[in-house]
Amino acid sequence: MNPIILWFHKLGSPPYFYTFAGRWLPWLYAIALLSGAAGFYGGLVVAPADYQQGDSFRIMYVHVPCAWMGLFAYAFMAVNGFIGLVWRIKLSEILAMASAPVGAAFTFITLVTGSVWGKPTWGTWWTWDARLTSELVMLFLYFGVIGLYGAIEDTRQAARAASFLALIGVVNLPIIHYSVQWWNTLHQAQSVSLLAGSKIDARMLWPLLTLAFATHVYFFASVLARARAMLLELEGGKDWARALAREAA
Amino acid sequence: MSDFFAMHGYAAYVWTAYGVFFVVLAADAVMPILRRRRALTQLRARLKREAARKTSAGNNATGSA
Repeated sequence: MNPIILWFHKLGSPPYFYTFAGRWLPWLYAIALLSGAAGFYGGLVVAPADYQQGDSFRIMYVHVPCAWMGLFAYAFMAVNGFIGLVWRIKLSEILAMASAPVGAAFTFITLVTGSVWGKPTWGTWWTWDARLTSELVMLFLYFGVIGLYGAIEDTRQAARAASFLALIGVVNLPIIHYSVQWWNTLHQAQSVSLLAGSKIDARMLWPLLTLAFATHVYFFASVLARARAMLLELEGGKDWARALAREAA
Repeated sequence: MSDFFAMHGYAAYVWTAYGVFFVVLAADAVMPILRRRRALTQLRARLKREAARKTSAGNNATGSA
C-alpha cells in the first residue's frame, strides 16, 4: 500500500493518534504563541492608525482572524462529520465533535469584538445586518451541535446525530461569506482576498495574515488536545487506555 | 508608552476586544487539559475498583474451601 495511505490508516487508530497528537501538541502551542505574539506586535505597534477609523481599526486583528476561524472550524467539523457518517470512522466523529467548542469560541469572539468595534464606528452595538445575523446563526448552530452531542447518552450515536445537524448547517457558510455582497446592509465588504488581491497597506496586512496563521495553528492544537481527552473517555475499557492510566498513576 | 495604551481615545474599545480574545481562548485552552486529567483519574478509580473486586472474590474462594 502507498505509505501515505498506510499512515492515514494508522492515524485512525486511537492509541496511535493519542501518542501522535501528544507529541505534536507542545510544538503547535509554541508556534501559535510565537506567531501570535509577532502578529500582535505588528498589529498594535508597527501598523499605522487608519486614516478614518484611527486606532479602533486595530480591533480588526482579533476580529477578522476569529471570523475566518469560525468558518474554517465549521467546515472542518462538517467534513469530519461527513466522513464519520459515511465511513463510520470513530476518530472522524471525535474530531468533528472536538472542533465544535473551538469554533463556537472563535465565533463568540467575532461577535463580541465586532460589537465593540461597531459602537465607536457605526454608533451601535448591534444591528440585524445580514452578516451579523448569519454569524449569530452560526453560533447557534455550534450550540445546537454541542447540545445535541451532550444530550444523547450513547456517545457514538450522539456524534452521528450532531454530525447530521452540522451538515445541514453548512448552507449557512456561503450565506455568511456572500452576505456582504448579496445584501447591501451595514457590514463592509471584504478588503482582503486570496483571489482578488488585497486592498490594504502592506504594514497593515502582514500582521493580519500572521494572526490568521497563528489562529489556524491554535485551532488544530485545541482540537487535538480535546480529541485526546475524548478518546480516553470513549476507550476507557481498552487495553491501551488502561495501560496509560496505570503508567500515569 | 501611555500614548500606546490610550489608543487615541479608543482604549476602552480596543483593550476590551483584545481582553475578550485572550480570556475566551485561555478558557478554551485550559478545558481539554482538565478534561483529560479527569478522564485519567476516573479510569484509575475504575481500575482500582476492578482490582479490589478481583482480590475480594479470590479471598471468598479460599475462605469457603
